[in-house]
Amino acid sequence: MGKTGHIVSSFDNDLLEIRNAIIKMGGLAEVQLKSATQALVDRNTELARQTIEADMEVDELEKTIDTMAVRLLALRHPVADDLRLVISALKIVSLLERVADYAANLAKRVVALNNAANLPMVGTIPRMSELVCHMIGDTLTAYSQNDDYLALEVWRRDHAVDQLYNSVFRELLTYMMEDPRSITSCTHLMFIAKNIERIGDHMTNISEIIIYQVTGLAPIEPRPKGDETSTIMIENEIIKSEYAEGE
Amino acid sequence: MEPIISAKNVSVYYGKKQALKGVNLDIPENQITALIGPSGCGKSTFLRCLNRMNDTIEGCRVEGDIIVDGKDIYDPQIDEVYLRARVGMVFQKPNPFPKSIYDNVAYAPRIHGLARNKDELDNMVLASLEKAGLLAEVQDRLHEIGTSLSGGQQQRLCIARALAAQPDIILMDEPCSALDPIATAKVEELIEELRASYTIIIVTHSMQQAARISQQTAFFHLGEIVEVGKTEQVFTSPQDSRTQGYITGRFG
Repeated sequence: MGKTGHIVSSFDNDLLEIRNAIIKMGGLAEVQLKSATQALVDRNTELARQTIEADMEVDELEKTIDTMAVRLLALRHPVADDLRLVISALKIVSLLERVADYAANLAKRVVALNNAANLPMVGTIPRMSELVCHMIGDTLTAYSQNDDYLALEVWRRDHAVDQLYNSVFRELLTYMMEDPRSITSCTHLMFIAKNIERIGDHMTNISEIIIYQVTGLAPIEPRPKGDETSTIMIENEIIKSEYAEGE
Repeated sequence: MEPIISAKNVSVYYGKKQALKGVNLDIPENQITALIGPSGCGKSTFLRCLNRMNDTIEGCRVEGDIIVDGKDIYDPQIDEVYLRARVGMVFQKPNPFPKSIYDNVAYAPRIHGLARNKDELDNMVLASLEKAGLLAEVQDRLHEIGTSLSGGQQQRLCIARALAAQPDIILMDEPCSALDPIATAKVEELIEELRASYTIIIVTHSMQQAARISQQTAFFHLGEIVEVGKTEQVFTSPQDSRTQGYITGRFG
């Protein structure tokens, strides 16, 4: 019975408009990440600049969806699954806006990196990006089809992204130790990898919201956590800091 | 906590037509329980079972047990006049007697012999009007006729009249459906205050009202209880698709 329309059919249209706008916004964010990554791989400054500019469209959509949701809350007083849809929309929209911001930031760093003569090519970053793009795509599918199983599957997938991020982190550390002249580029790359990893985190968040929207419940498992970089130290740094403590 | 009212397998027939089909419901003490559902779903019928108002309807038959405070109220030993004093009722349309404000409220204490003298009766009337949040508005005109009040005031007068009988439980059958939003808000505020001392069961067609004031909500459909639970849960994550459909406005 939940699938049949409301007696007031314009209510259905309002809800559908919000859903469609979110799918559109998610699609834009996905394209943003793809373009930014492509710009990185091809060292294409022009594409990077386009990506930065396209962020404005996502920001506009965020405002539009916010307005739609507030209007619907005020005029329709939604309850139960309708209420969950509107509340979820408000949360998802701000996460998607962050995702597009990360992509734009990635593109900005590509512009900066393209000023450097050569770049340590870290193949893991495009791989991470591809994985995360799939997560975005599947999250949007789960959203559009009310598929809480797919959402849960995406939610678990974030672990693989974190693993890749850990290895990028270590890889970049070794480059920097080998050649201090690469530190600027490697730092940019580190942030790029971190941005992609954060986008993956946001897909886990959105998946949780989808599960709540569909079932009314939050996932029962603890959130997967695989980013270990916050505790990584290089060996001789550890020795130095221990020595410092001894003094 | 032991429920103050416990309905077990309650069925009600009007002649051959079955209006309630084996309903089970526990009503916790000092809480507001809202009964919601589309017209003809049996919620008012159920409410009227709780103080045996259905006895007065020709051809009405009640099966099952309704236990109020540990006693089966359909036991032949039970004095239904006493029962109705303990389980008060407020109706959809304000229905004050065509008597003075004072006499409306004094009616129950007089017929039940609750006051020993005029002073005690005065105190009971004033206390009931005070509890119903009406005293300040009517204390200078206690001897004016009750029907001269506004609709919202009349409804609060009926609540005061019910309180004067010193009930533990108050049944309300769409008490705000004839009132404007301001009068509705006042009655809702009053209902919330009364919860501290009384157990309230309210039938309402307004989902928002059920959501605003009740702690427990039961959804009736075609003579059955489809879902009962904490109001918050029923309105955010109903378990049954029929409840979902009804409260979101998809059928009913």
